[in-house]
Amino acid sequence: MTNSAAVIHSNVHPMPQAASDAAVEVRGICKKYNDVEALRMIDLDFPRGKLTTLLGPSGCGKTTLLKIIAGLIEPTSGEVRVNGRPVTGPGPERAFVFQDFALMPWATVMRNVAFGLELRGMGKAERQSIARKYIAEVGLAGFEDKYPHELSGGMRQRVGLARAFAVNADVLLLDEPFSAVDEQNRRKFQEDLLRLVEKERKTFIFVTHSIEEAVYVSDRIVLLSRRPGRVSQIIEPKIDRTASPDAIRRDQGYLDTVEEIWQGLKHYVD
Amino acid sequence: MIAPTQVDSQVSSQVNGPARAVHSPAGRGLGLGRLFARHPVVSRLVSLGLFFLAWEIAGRVPISYAFPTFTDTLYAFVTMLADGSLVMAYGSTLQPLIIGIAISGVVGVVLGIVMGLSRMAEWLVAPVFVVLQSAPMAALIPLITFVYGIGLVAKTLAVIMLALPVIVLNGYKAVRNANPSLVDMCRSFQGTRLQRITKIIIPDASPVIFAGLRLGLAAGFIGVILAELLITPTGIGDLITYHRSVANYAEMYAAVVSIILVSTLTLAALEAFEIRVLRPEKRRG
Repeated sequence: MTNSAAVIHSNVHPMPQAASDAAVEVRGICKKYNDVEALRMIDLDFPRGKLTTLLGPSGCGKTTLLKIIAGLIEPTSGEVRVNGRPVTGPGPERAFVFQDFALMPWATVMRNVAFGLELRGMGKAERQSIARKYIAEVGLAGFEDKYPHELSGGMRQRVGLARAFAVNADVLLLDEPFSAVDEQNRRKFQEDLLRLVEKERKTFIFVTHSIEEAVYVSDRIVLLSRRPGRVSQIIEPKIDRTASPDAIRRDQGYLDTVEEIWQGLKHYVD
Repeated sequence: MIAPTQVDSQVSSQVNGPARAVHSPAGRGLGLGRLFARHPVVSRLVSLGLFFLAWEIAGRVPISYAFPTFTDTLYAFVTMLADGSLVMAYGSTLQPLIIGIAISGVVGVVLGIVMGLSRMAEWLVAPVFVVLQSAPMAALIPLITFVYGIGLVAKTLAVIMLALPVIVLNGYKAVRNANPSLVDMCRSFQGTRLQRITKIIIPDASPVIFAGLRLGLAAGFIGVILAELLITPTGIGDLITYHRSVANYAEMYAAVVSIILVSTLTLAALEAFEIRVLRPEKRRG
C-alpha cells in the first residue's frame, strides 16, 4: 500500500474542483502519542459547501484528525488551513458537534444552544433570539426550557447541532454525532441533516464508522486506513439527493457504493 | 383475609388466562409502596416512629438502669428547652462551630479549586490534607490546648481541623474530574480560561464540592463536641458531662439527641439550598 491517496470515482464523474475552493486544507498532518503513531502524512482538501465524511475502522484516528482541524488537539507536524489561514487553536469559523453531546446538565436547552454566543459576550436578548431560531430549525421548538436529562438521546444531539449552527461558523465538524442515538432516531436525524446541509450551505466534516450513514449523507467520503491512519481512498457517491430518503436507500448507486467501501475496508477487519 | 381469595383468583385465572394472575397481586402490593414513593416524608416518619417505639420498649425492659425511655428523654428535652438551658448551651456551642465552618468552607472551597486547577498548588498542598484527613484528630486536640489554651480559638481550631481536609480534598477532586468533554466544548467555542473555570468547571464540580461541604459540616459537629468534651466543658458538651456526672440520664440523652437533630437538620437545609440555588435541573423529576 502506498502513502499517496488513490482517488476512485464510483461513477463517471468529473475531477473534483475542490482544490480551487477548499474551505479546509490539511497538509502533511502527523500525530504521535508517545510511541503510537495515530496519523501519518494526511493531505486533504475539504470542498466548500460540501459534506465530507471521514470513514474508517475504529482506532484509525478519524476523530483525532477532526479534533486537529478543530484546533482542540495539536498535530505533531503538518498544518491545517481554514479559509486560507493556518489553524492555531479553536476559532469562530469552526463549530464542533460532540459525540457525547457535551451539553451542560445544569442549563436549559435555550442556554445550551446560546452558549457559544454567551461566551462571545453577546447580549441575552440577541443570543436568545438567534438560539430560538436554530432550536426551531432542528425541530425542538417548545423544548427551550427543558433540561438535557428530560430529552431523548436524539433530541440532545439536536441541541448540540443547534448550538453549532447558532455561532454561524463556516465549517461544522461533527464527531460521530449519531453514535449514541438509537437507530430509528438516527435515520430521521440523517434525513434532517441532509435538509440542513442543503439549507445552511456550510462546509460539513463528518466522522462516522457507519458505511451506510457515510454514503447516505456524504458528497465525498475519505476512507482512512487502520493505525497509523492514512488516506486510503476518496469516494464521491453519485446519488440523486432530490429523491425521497427511502428511494435513496434503495438506489442502485447507493447500494453499489456501500458495497465498494465495504470491499475496501474488509481487509482491515479481522 | 385477602390471601385466600388472592390464591383462588390466581389459580382460576391460570386456568382462564394468566393476565390477571400477573396484574392483580402487583396492583395490591404497590399501594403502600406508591404512598411512600409519592410522599417520602411519610416513609421517613414511619421509620422514625418505629425507631422511637423500639427505644421506648428497650427503655422499659430496661436494658440498663442508665438507659432512659423515649418518653422520659422527650420530657427532659422539653423541660430543658423550657428552662432555657438548652438554648444557652447552643448559644455557646454554635459559636466555634459557625466560625470554624465559615472559615473551613471559604478557605476549603477556594483551596480545593486552586489545587484542582494548578499542578503546582496540588504538589504543595495536597499531601498535607491527605495526611490530616487520615490522622486521628481527637488525638491532636490536646495539643491545640497547649498552644491556644482553652478558649474559643482552640475550639474553633478543632472544628477547622476536622472540617477543612474533607472540604479541600472534595473540591480538589471535583475540579480535577470535571467532564473533559464539556471543557473541550468550552474551548471549541473559544471560551477564555476564566470562562472555562466559572461557566463549566465550577458548576460541573459543584455537586461534589457541596458533598464535601456537607461532610465538612458533619465533621465540624464532631469537632466541636470533641472540643467541648476534651478541652473544657461548655455548651452541649457541658450539658452531657454534667448530667452524666449527676446521673440525670434522661437529660444526658436529650442533649445527645438534640445535637444529632441539629446536625441532621442543618445538613438537610444545606442540601435543600444546593438543589434550589445551584442545580435547577434537579428540581424536576
